[in-house]
Amino acid sequence: MREVAVIGIGMTEFGELWNRSFRDLVAEAGMHAILDAGIEGDEIDAMYIGGMSSGRFIGQEHVGSLAVEVAGLEDLHIPSIRVEAACASGGVAMHQGYLAVASGMYDIVVVGGAEKMTDVVGAEATNILASAADREWESFFGATFPGLYAMMARYHMKKYGTTPEQLASVAVKNHYNGSLNPKAQFKRRISIEDVLRSPMVAEPLHLLDCSPITDGAAATILAPLDIAKKYTDKIVKIRASALATDTLSLHGRKSFDSVPAAYHAAQRAYKMADLQPKDIDLAEVHDCFTIAEIMAIEDLGFFERGEGGKATEEGRTAIDGEIPINTSGGLKSKGHPVGATGVAQINEIVMQLRGEAGERQVKDARIGLTHNVGGSGGTAVVHILEVI
Amino acid sequence: MMGVARYWREIPVRYNLIGKKCGVCGKVYFPPRNICPTCRRKSIGKMEDYKLSGKGIVETYTIIHTPPPEFDGKAPYAVAIIKMEEGCHLTAQIVDCPLDEIHVGMKVEACLRRIQEDGKRGAIYYGYKFKKAED
Ligand SMILES: [Zn+2]
Repeated sequence: MREVAVIGIGMTEFGELWNRSFRDLVAEAGMHAILDAGIEGDEIDAMYIGGMSSGRFIGQEHVGSLAVEVAGLEDLHIPSIRVEAACASGGVAMHQGYLAVASGMYDIVVVGGAEKMTDVVGAEATNILASAADREWESFFGATFPGLYAMMARYHMKKYGTTPEQLASVAVKNHYNGSLNPKAQFKRRISIEDVLRSPMVAEPLHLLDCSPITDGAAATILAPLDIAKKYTDKIVKIRASALATDTLSLHGRKSFDSVPAAYHAAQRAYKMADLQPKDIDLAEVHDCFTIAEIMAIEDLGFFERGEGGKATEEGRTAIDGEIPINTSGGLKSKGHPVGATGVAQINEIVMQLRGEAGERQVKDARIGLTHNVGGSGGTAVVHILEVI
Repeated sequence: MMGVARYWREIPVRYNLIGKKCGVCGKVYFPPRNICPTCRRKSIGKMEDYKLSGKGIVETYTIIHTPPPEFDGKAPYAVAIIKMEEGCHLTAQIVDCPLDEIHVGMKVEACLRRIQEDGKRGAIYYGYKFKKAED
């Protein structure tokens, strides 16, 4: 296996982008990444595009071919593959791109992710997102996607004493971080009271405990480490790329107060990188709901089980805390265009490791981690990156 | 809208809580599974139909305030993960009980109810919901 580096990143603004089409978004993210890497189009050997449900959001499948056309690369006839794993589609696309380069099969690989979610009405978007859960045995009976995370929140609260205020403190921190990110969907800072006063979606989760519906795209360019030097002097190496799975349904799992797939992906990633949780300088985690970030920082080993809520409340995960979490604003504030999310997380970590994160820059960041989860935990992907 | 067969084929299971019992280790699965995740290949061809007692306890629950389109007008309603007597877990609504009386550890039993319909003229789907156990 060859060592792999990220040599370019790019992403669109995230938000309700009424005037932007799916193609526009894919094109913009890809162009930014190609320009950032300083590569020529004809150097690209393959593309992997993460996307959850373009078929239902915009009535368009066959995204691999669409991306080639958008990029103007059809005359190269390169492989271009759409990757789907619900909200982890972007992370899984990264994993596939990593494998393609590490194996020696391809040299320069584009990994993208995109979702255009606001062409359907809100209720329909919710219904499409429910397809990440088990349609026959969860959604059919009236369980919504927020409802599944709400049941995990209830279980966590009952078992460990996690409080609604601690859940809210995740949203408050991530909105603060998002206010420092020009590409974030929400740049408005909020208070604990704002979260607790927002309408209930699925008890105990309020509207402001939930990530929004978002349009956006993100891309990265991967290359073997030994030729990465040709393109950039700020090389970010992928120390680990690990993927794990579990049952599609929440009720089928061994645990309701953690995401076992995320725990196992993290264990594999730490082993692959020969690192421990204490070696990580910052992380982007999958905070689709506030409870998800609390479980994430426990599954990743940053805090003991049951301590995640308290740690967040105490500011230990803030930008100037001991382990900054979601400096980008996370899914909660930056936005969550599902297929793009896993790739956007890599964008943020690469920016931080290169020292290009502006006002939200973490001091002396050398090693960063991303944590991307599909559905209620049926798929999880963890990447560890290091600047060299 | 889905073809009627999509949910019709699950009717026997949904009406009668028919799960599967592994003929090797004896573990009961609901929703039904084709392979026992403990015994794996040894369980092939040995997964037998098994009717659940319908009794269980609430392991965790939520009150849904923002429902999906098929449940428009039904909110707020309660959804729970229920641990069945046989050891398996399933997801279902809790009914016939004030929402604020639902709690973790509550004893419940299955009943057959209307779950949802495909629009005003479409098929009506029935299945299990749970109510407070009589005792
Ligand atoms: Zn068995």
